[in-house]
Amino acid sequence: DLIPPVTTFPRFSLEQRVVMEYCGFISPWDIREYIEKGGYEALARALETDPSRIIEEIEKSGLRGRGGAGFPTGRKWRLARNQPSNGKIVICNADEGDPGAYMDRTIIESNPHQLLEGLIICAYAVGASEAIVYVRAEYPLAVKTVRHAIEEARKYGFVGENILGSGFSLDVRVFQGSGAFVCGEETALIQSLEGRRGMPRHRPPYPVEKGLWGLPTVVNNVKTLASVPAILSKGAEWFRSIGTESSPGTAIFSVVGNVKHAGLVEIAMGTTLRELIFEVCGGIPGKKKFKAVQIGGPSGGCLPEEFLDTPIDFDSLTRAGAMMGSGGMVVMDEDSCMVDVARYFLEFTQKESCGKCTFCRIGTKHMLDILDRITKGEGSGNDLELLERLAHEVKAGSLCGLGKTAPNPVITSLKYFMDEYRAHVEEKRCPAL
Amino acid sequence: MLAPHVDLTEDELRAIKEELPGILRKFDKHRSNLIPLLQAVQERFRYLPPLAMQEVARYLDISLSEVYGVATFYNQFRFYPPGRHEIKVCMGTACHVAGGDIILENFERRLGIKAGQTTPDREYSIERVACVGCCALAPVAVVDDNVVGHMQPSKVEGLFVQFE
Ligand SMILES: NC(=O)C1=CN([C@@H]2O[C@H](COP(=O)(O)OP(=O)(O)OC[C@H]3O[C@@H](n4cnc5c(N)ncnc54)[C@H](O)[C@@H]3O)[C@@H](O)[C@H]2O)C=CC1
Ligand SMILES: Cc1cc2nc3c(=O)[nH]c(=O)nc-3n(C[C@H](O)[C@H](O)[C@H](O)COP(=O)(O)O)c2cc1C
Ligand code: SF4
Ligand code: FES
Repeated sequence: DLIPPVTTFPRFSLEQRVVMEYCGFISPWDIREYIEKGGYEALARALETDPSRIIEEIEKSGLRGRGGAGFPTGRKWRLARNQPSNGKIVICNADEGDPGAYMDRTIIESNPHQLLEGLIICAYAVGASEAIVYVRAEYPLAVKTVRHAIEEARKYGFVGENILGSGFSLDVRVFQGSGAFVCGEETALIQSLEGRRGMPRHRPPYPVEKGLWGLPTVVNNVKTLASVPAILSKGAEWFRSIGTESSPGTAIFSVVGNVKHAGLVEIAMGTTLRELIFEVCGGIPGKKKFKAVQIGGPSGGCLPEEFLDTPIDFDSLTRAGAMMGSGGMVVMDEDSCMVDVARYFLEFTQKESCGKCTFCRIGTKHMLDILDRITKGEGSGNDLELLERLAHEVKAGSLCGLGKTAPNPVITSLKYFMDEYRAHVEEKRCPAL
Repeated sequence: MLAPHVDLTEDELRAIKEELPGILRKFDKHRSNLIPLLQAVQERFRYLPPLAMQEVARYLDISLSEVYGVATFYNQFRFYPPGRHEIKVCMGTACHVAGGDIILENFERRLGIKAGQTTPDREYSIERVACVGCCALAPVAVVDDNVVGHMQPSKVEGLFVQFE
């Protein structure tokens, strides 16, 4: 009796699974296991409901896009539905380009049907006849799993002609992305589906008006779509009871770096960073001190200790200077060098710039040169000032989210860890070493 | 980045010429099939032979420069034949924080080539990859599809002892 039950561990009491509820509990290779858990019931019921009512339910649930930007999903679907065109397309964005995150991949590899069900419901709701799952080619197992799942769903009559006798038909196919980070951006993704270089284009028109082949197109993230079946089964009210007023539901993070229990966690929105890092993930190993947390991958920001009580939701994180973004989270202890981490992310985005905008293409290169100099102890007098100015100019002069967010790791670390930059430049030493 | 020069054997050239038409035929002659076609070619030959790209351009009726333009845009495509043993070093966030670049350097020094290249005897090639999805084992290398976790410079040596 001295051993506490496992459910009282913070990991279990704080984690709340909506999207990953069945991940690891059912086989991704056997559709019957998903059906046994009540899978595809939401679809069957949806097909008997007026599409507009489904969208209403999603609107009421307050579901926001899990691709990072948090755009209201119901509103997106409504806009697409109201387009007069009779050929519409829905795309599941599983390009997951953040170099340190793998939640979309985990969902597809362990429970592809939940996402597929959400995708089919989305297509029915907006009136699309074609659906595409865009998975990056670096995820061969995910590609194989989702292909198999589509075939099984076809056999059971959830995909194809006249789905479950409803008169609604939908074709679903898989497209393999070829490893360009920028192709996660929806307009670049569409370019690559058309057989071109994945270079973003100006919006508006947004894809809901003119997307693939000029047709109205809904692009949604894996987690967004995988939330849909649960919302329709358990109701918008239930979904709203999880998370916060403006960001209902759960968030999934891939926590890495200096924490005891690294890995994927799904928590209710509104959980604070402190709870996530110190309770769910067990805190910093080796009695080291917490220094900073980088949230949102290469487009996110780096927050110091003062921000540990920030609740995790779309708006609070953006206000703090970080962002939900892809869901990558790097925890750093006192031995980590902030300048190096900023340099790492910038090197990544710099390489992945598509080259269309001068500021993003050349500005990030100059920023990287400066950071290289600084980390080698060759920084000079006005380097930091120059770096900061360039960062803001790159943000202002870029067309798509890649260039607009690439300077974030640098801007936030300059803001909160100026001392460290100074030590590199003035004293030619790294205080973290 | 181009590798040190490698010559194809007669057999390899013949295989490319013989099998290409079969691969092409599986796709409609539509521009949107360019990327899937290149993927199919690479899946078979493990890289994009120049000859194959010419044929793809002709098949889809687009210019060769267009095909190169698209192929070089994406990280997935390779323009040189990879080595018999493929070494991939993870440069993802967790692995970077855990010293992944030191591991890469060790492989590069040991083989005398840079990431993205193949040794002239075509035994080994090195690539940098982003997160392979097992960050808890950082730093990670993937050697011939086997994940090797908690990499250390001494493990690099050990791997080659195994091969030789
Ligand atoms: N998941 C990942 O791996 C990554 C995610 N990101 C995230 O991507 C986000 C940026 O993506 P964007 O698509 O540029 O964000 P955005 O805010 O421009 O758009 C978000 C979604 O809402 C739609 N939308 C926005 N305004 C609309 C309107 N007036 N009418 C119709 N539809 C509208 C867009 O079509 C898009 O689907 C960032 O927040 C970043 O965090 C960035 C890099 C990687
Ligand atoms: C550089 C860049 C990369 C992106 N990568 C992804 C991605 O990997 N996965 C994703 O779902 N959204 C990504 N996005 C966001 C998409 O443009 C789009 O907002 C999202 O797919 C919409 O889905 P949602 O409304 O469900 O979030 C990226 C945006 C940018 C600017
Ligand atoms: S901001 Fe960068 S990635 Fe985006 S379109 Fe411009 S050059 Fe391309
Ligand atoms: S960062 Fe290397 S496995 Fe995730």
